[in-house]
Amino acid sequence: MNIPWLALLSLLLKGVAILAFFAVNAMFLIWLERKISAKIQNRLGPMVVGPHGALQLIADTVKLLLKENIVPAEADRLIWWLAPFFVAVPTVAAFLCIPFSQEWIVADLNVGILFICSITSLCVLGVFMAGWGSNNKYSLLGGMRSAAQIVSYEVPLLLSVLVVIMEAGTLSMQGIVHAQELGWFCLKPNVLLAFLIYMISATAEVNRVPFDIPEAESELVSGYHTEYSGMKFSMFFLAEYANLFIISAVAATLFLGGWLGPLRPSVFWFLIKVYGIISFLMWIRWTLPRVRMDQMMSFAWKVLTPLALINVLVTGWLLAGKG
Amino acid sequence: MDFQELTINMGPQHPSTHGVLFLQLKLDGEVIVDCQPHIGYLHRSIEKIAESRSLVQFMPFTDRLDYIASMNNNLGFCLAAEKLLGITASPRAQYLRVIVAELNRVASHLLAIGTFAQDLGAYATPLFYALRDREKIIQIFDKICGQRLTYNYLRIGGVAGDLPAGADQLIKDFMAYQRRILPEYHDLLTGNVIFCARSKNIGVLPKETAINYGVTGPNLRASGVAWDLRKDEPYLVYDKFDFNVVTGANGDSWDRYDVRMREIEESLKIIEQALGGLPEGDPVAKVNKVFRLNGEAYMRTENPRGELGFYIVGDGGPLPYRLKVRSPSFANLSVLSAMIKGMNISDAVCVLGSLDIVMGEIDR
Repeated sequence: MNIPWLALLSLLLKGVAILAFFAVNAMFLIWLERKISAKIQNRLGPMVVGPHGALQLIADTVKLLLKENIVPAEADRLIWWLAPFFVAVPTVAAFLCIPFSQEWIVADLNVGILFICSITSLCVLGVFMAGWGSNNKYSLLGGMRSAAQIVSYEVPLLLSVLVVIMEAGTLSMQGIVHAQELGWFCLKPNVLLAFLIYMISATAEVNRVPFDIPEAESELVSGYHTEYSGMKFSMFFLAEYANLFIISAVAATLFLGGWLGPLRPSVFWFLIKVYGIISFLMWIRWTLPRVRMDQMMSFAWKVLTPLALINVLVTGWLLAGKG
Repeated sequence: MDFQELTINMGPQHPSTHGVLFLQLKLDGEVIVDCQPHIGYLHRSIEKIAESRSLVQFMPFTDRLDYIASMNNNLGFCLAAEKLLGITASPRAQYLRVIVAELNRVASHLLAIGTFAQDLGAYATPLFYALRDREKIIQIFDKICGQRLTYNYLRIGGVAGDLPAGADQLIKDFMAYQRRILPEYHDLLTGNVIFCARSKNIGVLPKETAINYGVTGPNLRASGVAWDLRKDEPYLVYDKFDFNVVTGANGDSWDRYDVRMREIEESLKIIEQALGGLPEGDPVAKVNKVFRLNGEAYMRTENPRGELGFYIVGDGGPLPYRLKVRSPSFANLSVLSAMIKGMNISDAVCVLGSLDIVMGEIDR
């Protein structure tokens, strides 16, 4: 049998590269978040380890790796052990279809955007498993809240993505970028509305303020991952920041022209757009209070979903009119 | 369908119970069916200790009642002791007491606003704003009396020492700074859509309920009752100053926040007038350190959290026969169970935060 060694090797390298990016990006984002929050709150943030605390996260990672892994008494052990993987693995997988530039994409699937949306929605399983398996009432409430929240915001999120798919006429991530060569999608009013709906729903999807209800520190201590410690906790933590990157990367690709930009290298443009969106989300996080569970649910079903549906209809009508 | 109630122990270690409060909550889903507050985790027998200390020795213990507003506790105790002993402090001492009490009120209200916003999920930013501004007051107190939290600055018959050189300039600078910075809080919170949605019409405390439970201070005034001891039963020199009693319209959590915000401005007004009219003289107490206590006296003052009362009974000896503290937070907490039944757990946290309790004076 003829084994394609070269292809296998290149696949392996790409896998390693994705994992490395996953870890380094999460560490950078945690540092960035701490610095931005410090700036907003008149503090300095990490300053001691490395220049401006740049190496603080390495120290923290070492600490987390060495921490004892505490299993709560009477936890549902199998579910409890599996939960962090259910959260972390789909987020790594979603990196496969992120187009960093024309050449830098692991797999340009012809259903790329569908793949990202479906695999990231697996995370809710892990969150719910963590809440259920911990044998902790706060975690259970957090897990239930999270399931309800993610399921409701999935609807307007996908409807807003649908608008872009209709405009681009393709599900491939690279195809969507190429469709924007004449002008970013967010310049069209109907897609701009979709962008807005997408950003709100995506913020809810990754449980960030003002939709950090599953973690609601002042109510539920820290929600579904209250009982996790050591490396298992850091898997939730890494996945959270990786998810933040993914929603921002998808937003940049779908609405802001992805890696398109006037100068080379294009990966540079992509990262600027992504980290710009991330900084915006961080700014929101450190400024706004949290909405209440029922307020958030009624906002999803009574405002966002109808708006997104009408937007899809209008887009269809506009496209039909054109051609 | 069969429903099962979920019992949750909120506290004594919980991020938003403001100290070691333990709330036993019975939940139906996320709706609170029953709430049972348990207190006593910070009990230090302060009232009993008072029976084996002379009044002068007891002064530092009052710092530890409501540790956010030590100056106001000092003041309440001093006035009660002076009432029992028939002593009056010199005019300069009285003005100085007003200044430090109002500065401490500003510090206390700032912290209340910051922690309230924190309870609503505004990740630490309003709290850091509040701490930043409170730090300036603490530095003033540090200069005046050498302490940052438990001041022990007032003495029976006066104060521990005159204002040090430069302190009045510090206070003036602080007032200018605070007036400049208050709009920042309004920008961040007051008009914020999410903040209003979370606190308006949440935890409405009707006038009658508030009075029946003995709720006082900003919580009572937010329910629309214009009751402020500084105005209604003036002590020290409060009747010489021009300030308003701030009241709210609905008695909801937002009103309790708003009343505190506006009271900061009123306090700044008082400090400005007191500093302007500061009489000359010696504010340091010139009275004996040992007293024979005869009879009884009750004195109440307006603490940042409400009416703080000290009841001292003497039996002719140097030690009090009994000393009772009427702490505002105790009454303010007792109304909580009545308020949060049938509420969502998130709203309960909001109501608890808006009541602004301090466990130190509840347990005593």
